[in-house]
Amino acid sequence: MPQGTFCNTTPIGTEEALKALLGDKGGAQYYEEMKALDVDSDAIAALLEKTCQSRIRTWLEICAHCGMCADSCFLYRVNDRDPKQVPAYKIQSTLGELVKKKGKVTNEFMRHCVDVAWSQCTCCNRCGMYCPHGIDMGVMFSYLRGILNSQGFVPWEMKIGSGMHRVYNAQMDVTTEDWVDTCEWMAEEYEEEWPGLEIPVDKEDADIMYTLNAREPKHYPEDLAEAAILFHLAGENWTVPSKGWEQTSLSMFAGDWAACKMQVESVYDAIERLRPKRVIGTECGHAHRATVIEGPYWAGREDGLPPAPYIHYVEWVAEALRTGKIKIDPAKKIKEPVTLQDSCNYVRNHGLAKATREIMSYIAEDFREMGPNREHNYCCGGGGGFNGIGKYRSERNKALQTKRDQILATGCKLVIAPCHNCWDAIRDLEEEYEIGIRWSFLKPLIIKMAIIPDHLKLPEE
Amino acid sequence: MIAFLTGPMLWVSLLVFFGGLTIRAVMYVRGLSWQLDRVAYKPHMARGMRGAIHSIRSWLIPGGTYGWRQQPFMATGFFLFHIGAILLPLFLIGHQEILKMAFGFSLPTLPSTVADVLTVLAIIGGFMLAIRRIALPEVRILTTGYDWFILGISVAPFVTGLIARLHLGNYDFWLTCHILTGEAVLILAPFTKLSHIVLFFMSRGQLGMDYNIKRGGAKRETAFPW
Repeated sequence: MPQGTFCNTTPIGTEEALKALLGDKGGAQYYEEMKALDVDSDAIAALLEKTCQSRIRTWLEICAHCGMCADSCFLYRVNDRDPKQVPAYKIQSTLGELVKKKGKVTNEFMRHCVDVAWSQCTCCNRCGMYCPHGIDMGVMFSYLRGILNSQGFVPWEMKIGSGMHRVYNAQMDVTTEDWVDTCEWMAEEYEEEWPGLEIPVDKEDADIMYTLNAREPKHYPEDLAEAAILFHLAGENWTVPSKGWEQTSLSMFAGDWAACKMQVESVYDAIERLRPKRVIGTECGHAHRATVIEGPYWAGREDGLPPAPYIHYVEWVAEALRTGKIKIDPAKKIKEPVTLQDSCNYVRNHGLAKATREIMSYIAEDFREMGPNREHNYCCGGGGGFNGIGKYRSERNKALQTKRDQILATGCKLVIAPCHNCWDAIRDLEEEYEIGIRWSFLKPLIIKMAIIPDHLKLPEE
Repeated sequence: MIAFLTGPMLWVSLLVFFGGLTIRAVMYVRGLSWQLDRVAYKPHMARGMRGAIHSIRSWLIPGGTYGWRQQPFMATGFFLFHIGAILLPLFLIGHQEILKMAFGFSLPTLPSTVADVLTVLAIIGGFMLAIRRIALPEVRILTTGYDWFILGISVAPFVTGLIARLHLGNYDFWLTCHILTGEAVLILAPFTKLSHIVLFFMSRGQLGMDYNIKRGGAKRETAFPW
């Protein structure tokens, strides 16, 4: 069977196709069909010819097979130092073979590549820091995912995720109407407690345009309300776009580059339409990676920068606390030991370690670092789409042990995780291993600690 | 035989070595693409070059990176071998005499005791790298016949050179072996993993640019902590 009903090379283009795929529970039929999917060797060879240039070819060629990358990989360490988890082995035995054989590979080999690309690498990019030649295997695995995707070899949830972006311009089925309604609903819901609270939609020339993760309006709308409350407290002139508010990109995890481009362009269009002075993204790591770091390239922007200055939520919080836009009540600072999760996507890959530490200096009395930390921190265990793929749940749960042990070593019971993926992974590790910890985004913590200026207080009864 | 090897054959070897490696470096740079690599090289060239230099320099200093510090055995083997591999071919008195005969000029030379010590250390370094390939499962799984060949051919000039220098066995035989293996390294370099002689600088520099241009270079107050 060349093409399956669900597992095929056609990307999801309509709501019907998306719903049909979702109806295949757990991807049972999808994965069955994948076993018979044809491999178009000529297409792979042509794609490699066009896109596998200097950088990746040189990486594959000069790898000295020294194994220094082994210890840098948390998946190698946590899986009892299985030599098959050595980053260089993982990439040489997948992408390396694919290039060597110029795409002339079997269906079985492609499915093996799927397993390795999505369950043995979270694209955390830590190995590149430990390779003498500077070979970044996270970059190569992301590239491999794109090749596999082009042949229809992609985990079921990833196909759904990028399909969501293609159909809704969001990682979940949140329509423009749903979104605008949620903004109004949250503003009304919290207005009584916060007089004057607004969630201004499509305001032009605001100081700030706020973008977020579709999970927030879909599952945790209070997160949007919290963002509004903090902007309100800080006296910011801000807005959200009715279209182009979704900052995430499951298509990046899926290797669906066309969908990545579509998604990020929707955000850039909003920036160009509303002309904000700057854009602030929510507490999400991959959303920042997709829209601020990689996005400009997908959109073909030669300067490698988004259309307006675009910062992560932690940068705004650090600035608000530093400048006194938001003041913390010293009596309400976090007294208990507290630790911090460094998200690979904006710490290793965007240098924001200092911003989160500055925040900790204002809000925590006993801040304890995990070891290693900052650029050298380990992935939460669920990055790169790993959290969301049912087929690899047991591998993911094993991977969580790294973060579990890092947290245990700090002695903290509270973990601040300003990243959706990390937050999820830490929640799941508590569920799986019950080590008695709590975890939180920054927003609810800051609201609890902030001094409310008199003019924003509820009028006395 | 020796006259031929140190005459025309030397010319050919050096030409292939320098010409070939130059072509590899140029081809590498020409193959870089801001869209495929997703690094805006040109608009941020100055910051990128700073990142490249920092990235290269950190890895050239013993203990200069987390990787070297965490793996002292590997680092020791690596530096012992590579220090000899760079200094000895360039500054050995015997090599300089050939250079003077062939081209009429010469570079400064190493005192012979220093050269002897460096040679022995380089052989020990090569031996350490070999031990890792056998003893460590994470290196064993990666190691192929090709890796052994590269290691063997790279260490061979030192071993044969040392034997000739110490006049163990037939001097002419070992000297011929030394020249042959040395020239083999020169000729093979552009076509094999030995191309890392220049591609190390390219690849290492590229990742430094990547981090300094795209991945946080404008945000970090300090250089990237390699």
